[in-house]
This record gives sequence, C-alpha cells and structure tokens, in this order.
Amino acid sequence: MTLPDNRPFAIRHFAPAALREALKKMYLIRRFEEGAEDSYMRGLIHGTMHLSIGQEASAMATCMELTDNDKITSTHRGHGHCIAKGAEVGRMFAEFFGKETGYCHGRGGSMHIADVKTGNLGANGIVGGGLPIAVGAALSAKRLGKSDVTVCFFGDGANNEGAFHEALNMAAVWKLPVIFVCENNGYGMSTSTARSTAVTHIADRAAAYAMPGVTVDGNDFSAVAFAMHTAIARARAGEGPSLVENLTYRWRGHSKSDRNRYRSKDEIEDWMTRDPIARFRAELIAHGILDEAGAEAVAAEAIADVQAGIEFARSSTAPSISEVTRYVYAEV
Amino acid sequence: MNAQAPTDLRTLSYAEAIREAMAIAMEADPTVILMGEDIGVYGGAFQVTLDLIDRFGPDRVMDTPISELGGAGVAVGAALTGLKPIFEFQFSDFAMLAMEQIVNQAAKLRYMLGGEASVPVVFRLPAGSGTGAAAQHSQSIEAWFGHVPGLKVLQPATPEDAKGMLLAALADPDPVMIFEHKLLYKMKGHVPAGSYLTPIGKALLRRAGTDVTIVAGSIMLHRALEAAEKLAAEGISAEVIDLRSIRPIDHETILASVRKTGRLMVVYEGVKAFGVGAEISAMVAESDAFDYLDAPILRLGGADAPVPYNPDLERASVPQVDTIEAAARRLVRREV
Ligand SMILES: Cc1ncc(C[n+]2csc(CCOP(=O)(O)OP(=O)(O)O)c2C)c(N)n1
Ligand SMILES: [Mg+2]
Repeated sequence: MTLPDNRPFAIRHFAPAALREALKKMYLIRRFEEGAEDSYMRGLIHGTMHLSIGQEASAMATCMELTDNDKITSTHRGHGHCIAKGAEVGRMFAEFFGKETGYCHGRGGSMHIADVKTGNLGANGIVGGGLPIAVGAALSAKRLGKSDVTVCFFGDGANNEGAFHEALNMAAVWKLPVIFVCENNGYGMSTSTARSTAVTHIADRAAAYAMPGVTVDGNDFSAVAFAMHTAIARARAGEGPSLVENLTYRWRGHSKSDRNRYRSKDEIEDWMTRDPIARFRAELIAHGILDEAGAEAVAAEAIADVQAGIEFARSSTAPSISEVTRYVYAEV
Repeated sequence: MNAQAPTDLRTLSYAEAIREAMAIAMEADPTVILMGEDIGVYGGAFQVTLDLIDRFGPDRVMDTPISELGGAGVAVGAALTGLKPIFEFQFSDFAMLAMEQIVNQAAKLRYMLGGEASVPVVFRLPAGSGTGAAAQHSQSIEAWFGHVPGLKVLQPATPEDAKGMLLAALADPDPVMIFEHKLLYKMKGHVPAGSYLTPIGKALLRRAGTDVTIVAGSIMLHRALEAAEKLAAEGISAEVIDLRSIRPIDHETILASVRKTGRLMVVYEGVKAFGVGAEISAMVAESDAFDYLDAPILRLGGADAPVPYNPDLERASVPQVDTIEAAARRLVRREV
C-alpha cells in the first residue's frame, strides 16, 4: 500500500531545479528592489517607485507554469512580476536609471517596466489599466488558435475600477484564457479594502461574472502555485477565465512619499514575521530540495546579479535629447 | 509677485493657500464636501488636504475607492442636488477615466435641461511634468476641456490665485476645473487672509513691456517672467500676461497687449499641436490686432510625444526658461 503524498503541491509538482530557480528569483526580486531603493536614496533614480517587498511569493508562484509565449499584464507595483516572468535585472536597472539600454529605452521608468520578449506586456501607471488589455491578449490567443494564456495582475484597489468589472464580464462571456490575479495587500494606497470594497474577499466578485474565484495565502508559495495550476489548466482547456486572490502585504510604504499614517507599526511588524521568502526557503530545506549551504549559495547569486545589474546600468549611455519623439510612432 | 502687496504680508505655499480656501469654504458652508482618493488620513498625494480630515471629519473629507468615473459622477449628482463637492483627481491624468461624467454630464446638464439644473462641482487636478513620473502621470491636458462648452477651466500660477480661484469656483453655479501645477505646490507667495474671489475669465498683466507679448499660465508664467528678466538685460522688453483662465478666455487683455507690442508668443506645457496656443493665435489672427503684428505668431509648447521618464528628455520635452528666452529673441529679431 502506498501512502498519500502529503508534501506541499509545489514540492510534488516541480522539479528541484525549478524550485531552486524560483527561490533564486524571489531573492532577486527582494535584492533588486532594495538596490533600487538604495539607488533612489542616492539620487541615481528619479521619480517614484512602488516596491513589492513582502509580496515575492505571489509574483513568483503565479508565473511558475508560464512560458515566454504566455502573457502577463502588470501593475505599478510590477518589479516582481517582471523578474518572475524572466526579465534581466541589468536592463531593468538601466531603465530605472533612464538609460538607452533599459527595457523601455529610458522612456518608461519603473512604472512602465516591461519585457515584451518574455511576455510581459508592461507595468501600468493607471490602476486597472491592464485588465481589459489582458482580456484582449487572451482574445488574440483564442482567435489565433494558440494555447497561450494571459495572467492579469492587479491590486485590491483596482477591483473598484469600472475596467475590472467590464473586463471580467467580457472574459467570461467569451470564455477567454485569462487568469485574473489579485494581489490583495490590504490597501489601495492608504485606503483599506474594508473602507473601499463592499465584499470581504475580492474573489467573491468572481461569482458575479460566473467564473471560479479562490482566495489563498499569497505568502505561501505552494498555495499560490496550486491555485494557478488549476486556473491555467482550465484556461488552456478552453473553459474560460478564473480569479485568484493572493492575500499578502507590502512591507514598504505605497510609494516613496508615504508617511504610513493609515496603518500601525504592529501590523507591519506582524506581517514581516510572515516573510514569504524565508517560508519558501524553509520549505525547500525541510523537503530536502536544498540544504542550508545550497540556500545560501542561491541567496548569494541574487546579490551578485544585482550588483552586476547596477554596474551595467551605471555604465550604460543615456538616450539622446534629440530623440525625444522617437518611439511615438513606428519607424518606417 | 504683485507689484503692490497689501498691508498684511502673510506668506503661504500654493498648497497651503488651496487648503485655506477649502477650510474657509467648509466653515462657511456645510454643503461643501471634499471627495477624492487618499485625501483623508493620507492627506492627499500632494498633501494638499493634509489635516482637513482632523478638522472636518470623514463625512466631509471622503476617501473614495479607486473609482474615478464613479467618484466624479457621484460628485456631479451631489452637486445637482444641493451639495458643493470639491473632487480631487489624484493626478489630472486620471480625469481621463472620468471623461464621461465631466464632459457628457457635468458640462451639459444645465443646457440639456434648458437651464433648469445646476452642477456647482469643482474638480481639482494636479497637473504637469517635472517629477519623473513619466507618460501617465505628467500630462497637461487642460486644453482638452477648453473644447467643452459648459465647463470653466482655470490654471492658477500663484498661491494668491490658487486660493482666490478655488473660492470663486465654489461661488460659481457651473462646473469648474482647476489645474494645479505639481511643481508649484511648495512655491510661497503672499496670500491675503479671509475670503476673496479671483475673477474667473480674467488674464492678468504680470510684467509690462513693449517688444513682445508672452502669454503663459501656471508654471510657464514663472519661466516666462524669468526669461523676460534675462531678455531685459539685453534690451528686449517683454510683456508677460498670466493667462489664468483657459475657458472663458480673456480676449481683451491679450488683444490690447498685442496691439501694443506687435509680437505674440504663447508658452504652454501641453502638447503644442491643437493646444491653448492654437486658440489664442487664431483669436489674434481673427481680430483687428492682426494688423498690428510685426512678426508671425510663435507657439512654444510641449513636445509631440508622451512625457518621457529620463530626466533630461523630460526637461527637453517642455518649454524651459532658456528655450523661452531664445524663442523670444528670435521673434523680436525677426529670425523666425
Ligand atoms: C486610475 C488611477 N487612479 C489612481 C491612481 C493612483 N494610484 C496608484 S497606485 C494606487 C493604489 C492602488 O492600489 P492597489 O490596486 O491595491 O495596488 P497596490 O498599490 O496595493 O499594489 C493609486 C490610488 C492611478 N495610478 N491610476
Ligand atoms: Mg493593494
């Protein structure tokens, strides 16, 4: 008689090398954002940025089963999505530093970070802006007979935009291969979901659009990966869209100008004890995927990548001022 | 800024002046409410509402969900029925999500209903580039609303006007949009105490001159004044007019100046094509002031591109003191 396999979904489902790579990318997201924050403080990056520190499992586990042909639409808090989908941190830093070698040739910055070649259709400065676009990408896949899916990241705040409701309805009516992934970190800027949203869970709204909706612990890599596995299988099978809600928390302020007046220090500290990276690392060690030394090596690789990325960005050249209007239209 | 400052020389920042106007209006009139995203405990993205929630409570300083179309529409409906909402768009760029309620509803209700209804709503919109916020957070779209009968569109350049225009907008029975420049929020200037109304639709001569008229509003006024100062050193006398109001537009002040100087330059941050400059140029070309022109009219506006992220590209994409100065010099020396 064989015993049931009680190991977490991710451990059962993914190869050790893939799990190791996932941990590496989660470290890379964390170290990338710390590097960006530090560069901002030192005046190397201007504007503002929205850090996803504390939300790395949501980004990474969501993207585990996606290929470069699958698309994502991302948000203003999109650095993690970009790295999880396969972007290089050097070109991301170059973008933040406003360089020509950046993913958007210095035109977009943090809020528009994208890597179209790995299927990332872009972060978005407009809350909810990506929702209908994701439905359009799914429509393309369906009409063009491809098995690609589109994952649409959005925040809890975005679920109160009209675009959210219109997008979900069309996706359901046309049975499109799109997965709506709500990263519910409890707040849209300073406004808690309790003060902004009539339902308790964003996933409750899936019922209004006749699609499955699940709420999972977004800091639990395996829980997110399993929810996504189910939703992606449904999408690829032509059965239509799903909504996955990852409950998580952002450790940093909303942007660089946040005084954190709307939440308590205790709340922030409590969530910091539920670090998704530490949790995933412990899980990998507990199930023998890595040992302590192996995990340390992964963490060190991420630091080295970030340092090399910053070097690349700093030594890159800036776009020429004479090219302000370049990329407005196609070059013919 | 004003030649003769009144006896009290109180100085406030542009943001403080706006806040003071809101507080004065809320104390005087219980129907005035504030609506917008993160205007409560957060104090607004640019800290304009700051502590008003502590003074007036969450029932009058309402954080809306992130729902621009719905939020603006609720403000329109409330204005139609007895409240006076001041609705803050977190960035003017997000007014695009509310175009329907602003343009199809607020602007037209009075007319469609034959004058039987009134929509005294005020929209506040932080606008402009210069903060590194890139294409979707840096636009200057005020001219779009200049195309809409039924709206009034203002652009205060000084703390004094920021306060007076907001109070005037609240006293006005029709929808008013006030574009505030993000780079001006910290600018200080004299602001009279108490309540006063800055007339809507009146431009203001900020610097007298004889060689060229420069019409500019919002932050461009300050750049134009700085350029005028530099031009004076080389013997070019520029007259600088603060546009203040895009709709209605003050024909008389502009035409009188053009008749005097014989040259016109319009400086604005929005994309040059189809902008404020086109309207003003056409207005002059259609009037008797045309006969007084000694040179072609010159428009200096934003680049024909979205606002770029890279700081040097961003600077280069909108008029700056040096580009205004150079353009005025070319115009006066007939190098255009
Ligand atoms: C249409 C629009 N409205 C408002 C904003 C300003 N804004 C940027 S992010 C944000 C909060 C978004 O909250 P949420 O969707 O929960 O994402 P989170 O920031 O928590 O990741 C707001 C209000 C915007 N960028 N676009
Ligand atoms: Mg959120």
